[in-house]
Amino acid sequence: MNRNLRREIVEKIDDSAQVKGRSLWQDARRRLFRNKAAVTSIVILSIITLLAILAPWLSPWAYDEPNWEYDFPGSPNAQYHHWFGTDANGRDLFVRTLYGARVSLMVGMLATAVSLIIGVTYGATAGYIGGRVDNVMMRIVDILYSLPFMFFVILLMVLFGRNIFLIFIALGAVEWLTMARIVRGQTLSIKKKEYIEAAEAVGVKHSVIIRRHIIPNTLGPVIVYMTLTIPEVILTESFLSFLGLGVQEPLTSWGVLISEGAQQMESASWLLIFPAVFLALTLFCFNFIGDGIRDALDPKDR
Amino acid sequence: MFSLLVRRLLSAVPTILIVITIAFFMMRAAPGGPFDKEKLLPPEIEANILRVYNLDKPLYQQYVDYLKNILKGDFGPSYKYRDFTVNDLIASGIRVSFKLGIYAMLVAVTFGVTAGTIAALKQNSRFDYVVMGMAMTGIAIPNFVMAPLLTLIFGIYLSWLPVAGWNNGAFENMLLPVLALALPRVAYIARLTRGSMVEIIHSNFIRTARAKGLREKIVIVRHALKASLLPVVSYLGPATTYVITGSVVIESIFDVPGIGRYFIHGALNRDYPVVMGVVIFFCIIIVTVNLIVDLIYGFLDPKMKVE
Repeated sequence: MNRNLRREIVEKIDDSAQVKGRSLWQDARRRLFRNKAAVTSIVILSIITLLAILAPWLSPWAYDEPNWEYDFPGSPNAQYHHWFGTDANGRDLFVRTLYGARVSLMVGMLATAVSLIIGVTYGATAGYIGGRVDNVMMRIVDILYSLPFMFFVILLMVLFGRNIFLIFIALGAVEWLTMARIVRGQTLSIKKKEYIEAAEAVGVKHSVIIRRHIIPNTLGPVIVYMTLTIPEVILTESFLSFLGLGVQEPLTSWGVLISEGAQQMESASWLLIFPAVFLALTLFCFNFIGDGIRDALDPKDR
Repeated sequence: MFSLLVRRLLSAVPTILIVITIAFFMMRAAPGGPFDKEKLLPPEIEANILRVYNLDKPLYQQYVDYLKNILKGDFGPSYKYRDFTVNDLIASGIRVSFKLGIYAMLVAVTFGVTAGTIAALKQNSRFDYVVMGMAMTGIAIPNFVMAPLLTLIFGIYLSWLPVAGWNNGAFENMLLPVLALALPRVAYIARLTRGSMVEIIHSNFIRTARAKGLREKIVIVRHALKASLLPVVSYLGPATTYVITGSVVIESIFDVPGIGRYFIHGALNRDYPVVMGVVIFFCIIIVTVNLIVDLIYGFLDPKMKVE
């Protein structure tokens, strides 16, 4: 009897010994999913993304066609399926908000990707080579850092026309500075590790060491900063569009919609409120997710 | 201290030079000029216009001339407002913009530091949660959304304050633009102060100060606050950039006759000299503020003094 019990316990211990160890990433994921604000944000953001993708099938109205039978602008109305009302040109605001979401989210992702590529390459190179090259490269970043980049993006938009691809590139080219700093700092500490020395000793090329060994190990902080760059970019694009320097008609983005809404808020406040809520909600969610991932990856910070 | 000043000055000059160079060549690389019209001008008239605006000389000559003029403080003529130079436009807007910006910074620092400090001292209390929640909201809601929302609430629904206009900087007219400009910065500074304050009040030298039997008020104000303000001081540089950038939008929304409004008009009308002049002007201000902030930081941070 007693022996049986003991054997059971031993078997249990054996079983648990076979359970795989948790990696850093699994740990981080568990901590992230325990963070209520982050999980809620992920859910809300997924819903907004889904709505944006499915926009053409969610409403009987097209984003650039007015409804001639209804008011210009018209308040929200269920009979015509104008859930958010219509704008000054009689176009359905629900569909336009979702199309705005498409543009804003796409700009956010693509420009962040551009900034990621530039920043990671630049930072890893500077950090790995080190010495005088590093000094000069980071000095350049310092100088660029102190410039009001918004004005340069505006200059670009003024000079080269208001093209949506230019927005991606301009914003990406502006947002890489912090990324470069973070990656450089990480690289400096990683390159002293033994496995880098080993790789060098075996004669691996520098470019391969940077690509295969250094960049993958800087991933944690890079992901955190990436989630915080996306809202920043969305914000900047909306800012430009608000000023009339971003996305052009009939395409739209949240900045355009908010600017149109702001002009008519006295008579048609829904034109301002719906896009503003969507924009603010999205920015909120990205910020919470970014904070959540940071706490998850760096538990001592809490 | 002196070497710090010299070093910073030495890096400030190339920064401004880079700004001018980038702006100049970007402008020249742009397709289409400000005088491109639907109708073709007779060649004599076109040559005349180009000569008046110095556009007929070789590029490097134009660049050198432009640099020289800026050194003399002359940003050239506006292409759009024919009777004004860029200097006239900046001069007519600067007082208004300056007032708006200074008040916004004052509000941001005062309220941000106060709220952040109290939140840190009452960590995890209800006040703390409310302040941090509001800070999160302030950061997530951009100023160009905040401004119309504030107008909607206080200007239209409650009709307490005027919706737009400047009225020579009357208090009621200034309140909304200053608030809209300052709120995101209040939020950020509050978070910053809270973070560093929480760290400081758990540090050894504060424990020592308390152990000496100093009164709590003195411990906080004299010892903790001074140390925890360092991150805020170093944030003043970026905050200035944000406020200047934001003022462009805020001035357009509230119809405030500042530099930012001319900038936007210039941008929409492709009035290159105005856009460039304002960008360079703003850059010079930002670089100067950063310089001053660096010096203050060097003055406050005991570690820098030892160096």
